[in-house]
Amino acid sequence: MNVARRLLIGALLTAPALATAQGPKLSVPYTLDTLPNGLTVIVHEDHAVPIVTVNIWFHVGSGDEKPGRTGFAHLFEHLMFMGSQHAEYPSFDRLLEAAGANNNASTGNDVTDYYESGPSSALPLMLWLDADRMGWLTPTMDKPKVDLQRDVVKNERRQSVENRPYGLVEDHLPQAIYPAGHPYSWSVIGSMADLSAASVEDVKDFFRRYYAPNNATLVVAGDVKNAEVRALVKKYFTDIPRGPAITRPVPAPYVVRDTAMTLEDRVQLPQLQLVWHTVKEWAPDDAALDIAAAVLAGSRTSRLNQALVYSSNATATNVRARQDSKRLDGDFSITATARRGLGLDTLRAVIDATVKQLAADGPTARELQQAKNGYESQFLRRLENGRGVADQLNHYFYLNGKPDSFQADLDRYRAVTAADVKRVLKKYLEANRVMVSVVPIGKPELAAKKVIAQ
Amino acid sequence: MIRKFFAFRVFLLSAQLPLTVLAQSTQGSQGALDRTIVPALAKSSPFKLPVVERGSLANGVALQVIEHHALPLVHLTLVIDGGARLESGQPGLASFTARMLTEGAGSRDANALQGELGFLGANLGAAGGSETFTVQLNVAKQQLAPALDLLADVVLRPTFPSVNVKQQRDLRLSSILTRRDQPTQIAALAFSQLVLPAGYPGHNPSDGDSASTAALDSAAVRAFYERAFVPERAKFVVVGDVTETEMRALLAPRFGAWKHATAPLAILAVPAKPVANSAVKVYLADKPGAAQSVIIVGGPGADRTGPDYPAIVVMNTILGASFSSRLNTNLRETKGYTYGISSQFAWGPLPGPFAVSTSVRTNVTDSSLVEIFRELRDIRDRPVEQKELDRAKAYVALGVPGRFETNAGIAGQLTNLDLYGLPLSSTNGFVAKVNAVTLADVQRVAKQYIPAGSATLVIVGDLAKVRTGIEALKLGSITVLDVSTIAR
Repeated sequence: MNVARRLLIGALLTAPALATAQGPKLSVPYTLDTLPNGLTVIVHEDHAVPIVTVNIWFHVGSGDEKPGRTGFAHLFEHLMFMGSQHAEYPSFDRLLEAAGANNNASTGNDVTDYYESGPSSALPLMLWLDADRMGWLTPTMDKPKVDLQRDVVKNERRQSVENRPYGLVEDHLPQAIYPAGHPYSWSVIGSMADLSAASVEDVKDFFRRYYAPNNATLVVAGDVKNAEVRALVKKYFTDIPRGPAITRPVPAPYVVRDTAMTLEDRVQLPQLQLVWHTVKEWAPDDAALDIAAAVLAGSRTSRLNQALVYSSNATATNVRARQDSKRLDGDFSITATARRGLGLDTLRAVIDATVKQLAADGPTARELQQAKNGYESQFLRRLENGRGVADQLNHYFYLNGKPDSFQADLDRYRAVTAADVKRVLKKYLEANRVMVSVVPIGKPELAAKKVIAQ
Repeated sequence: MIRKFFAFRVFLLSAQLPLTVLAQSTQGSQGALDRTIVPALAKSSPFKLPVVERGSLANGVALQVIEHHALPLVHLTLVIDGGARLESGQPGLASFTARMLTEGAGSRDANALQGELGFLGANLGAAGGSETFTVQLNVAKQQLAPALDLLADVVLRPTFPSVNVKQQRDLRLSSILTRRDQPTQIAALAFSQLVLPAGYPGHNPSDGDSASTAALDSAAVRAFYERAFVPERAKFVVVGDVTETEMRALLAPRFGAWKHATAPLAILAVPAKPVANSAVKVYLADKPGAAQSVIIVGGPGADRTGPDYPAIVVMNTILGASFSSRLNTNLRETKGYTYGISSQFAWGPLPGPFAVSTSVRTNVTDSSLVEIFRELRDIRDRPVEQKELDRAKAYVALGVPGRFETNAGIAGQLTNLDLYGLPLSSTNGFVAKVNAVTLADVQRVAKQYIPAGSATLVIVGDLAKVRTGIEALKLGSITVLDVSTIAR
């Protein structure tokens, strides 16, 4: 609905200096139903262009993997494209292409996200395909399919970890920042050995346990009629049986061990990564940590860019900072790449001094506002795209049961004060951390030195 | 987040829709659902191409506006002809000059300028490509006027402070150095240098090499800017929550008096077109310890404005520009050699190369080459199946509306067609031509444009492990390249 989209952002970016000003509330209209088998169905109409997105989140990710099976949730995601009982391989991609539609999927620590996007005429086809793999994936699952996608995923791992500069950090960081047994203490891509171990039985078990309608939410967004969508969803998804209820242990609180590690890689320039344990998504300090990351490294004028990259004695070629928060937990990282010939301890000292200064003084009013405005404009542009809106509806529902949390999400950023930024930097970054130095092979002397955090 | 392989570059440029493609079904009984019935395509609202309004400023600078009122956002692109075609012997000067526009302009230094843009929530960036310069502004409508003030400073009054030139030059030198870490970049650089003749767009990397970059200084950048950023080669394309009248009223006071200070640089004539090899040539570059081999196979491409364009797009969709393409089905989905493989024609005002690219497991490098060449020969020598043809045509034609969803997407369609002097409405003709492509057309353009016996082949990997296998294939002459020369 055009109107919906207009309303959606009526409040945004009207007065940069006064982001707390009251404006019309953002709202993305939707309907929410739950089928008897537990499938949640969210529908949002937007008639700007004759296209539609179907976005399904299964509430399962790498954090649900068993010991010895790291990487399995992602391997399973690939197998969801290998055909199902009534839509045998390779009809999934072929039928969608013949309808002008695209598709993809991604796996994270907590959830696995699938979408199809294309002409709204393809909606029945998309729902039929998704229903078939949600209900009837396993009858046609066999070892050749698992072996094939295992090879594909191993190549994905080679491409994104082994053959990518600095990629090996992925293998070492999760287990350093999260304690043994914590669902985030291994990487989503997993290890080669564990990928090799995955069996057809593992696939069937995982499917029975996690790929049930009561563990999924389906969003349809685009140029569609609500009643027609709900009728189609009912038609294709109703007789998929409910799966078992899922309970997950809550990880015990813990303190990160202060750690310094050095990795050697085939790189020209050393890179330093500092990581602290923070808070989960939407926790009270989550937004302030995002804003702190923007003030530190979100723009050319940010503190760390000025100190490391754009000062008269620049030591780095780039720097970024990020609060990475998920369902259970979060971490905050600062990553900087050294200029040629420089060791990482120089960078570490500048980063520590800059963070300490910001924690002591807090951001200026202008810095704070710039960070918030940058966030708001990104937020707005994400909503230009129907696929982004669909994904966000699923995301909010997953977090708090309310798909239309756009305004609430914005509000938590608008509410961040300079005092909040100071407080979260002191609380979370003046604490134990994991320090990873990636240095060119044979140059361990370029690594940063461990210091006791104050 | 980890993505299932998908990132195909899309070459199609759009269009209106053919009707049914997929009608395998008529509805079954009303009782239990028969899940074997593939749903037919439903009816959907017709897609209409957006309307382009045209105007111009007092100095003749053209303005094209597409109203798109879904969100109170405005996306502006200033396109200036020239780009790297003005460089004459200093690779990277065009893109560096464009990069420097936002490093200080008018009364603001770089920090003040970028701080102000950040404060407005505006994105403003400039780039120098092989054929054009582009300056893009993306901003909320409420902030359009102050953002246009900054845009005018950036385009008309850049200051090129020496200290910033040095900073950006040093950063660029670092980035050039790190190309050597990335096998995909090494392969792409080598391929362009080998397939495209010197002086041809794309032969040199757009960000230059370390020698040309080290020579950059404020005076050279300013001199180039003055003769390259000229109004007679400029046009505005605006998409968003504005009208042409509104936009013209905003641009006129800021750009209406823009004149060039010095005579514009001549756009260099292209010395020679790329020509196909007489036989396959193999080039190897060593990355000891690499877990994968990066492979690029290709040759001179095709003319975007020629009559074969629609048939080439369809043929390439079948060969390597869709998930279900032959290359991806064979090397990924059947053999498991790779995470993905694709083929592309790099379209441009001048024909860019055709290339198949992939990364494969080290110990199947030779087997992968066998399969790639099998597919290159096969698409030339055997007619494709009707089903493949129908699917590819539908994928290209029906995918069009999705490109008109965002302001940036719409602007991209318009500016891209404009490079070839084509109006947005040519999209409809393109779709009609796609729908008319025949099996014979596909085979004809495959024979003409897909190199098999004349390909240039670049492999970057662990030569100690892969060289023997490659040699045994006897594909053609083998040359070993030096990584530090390619990524210099």
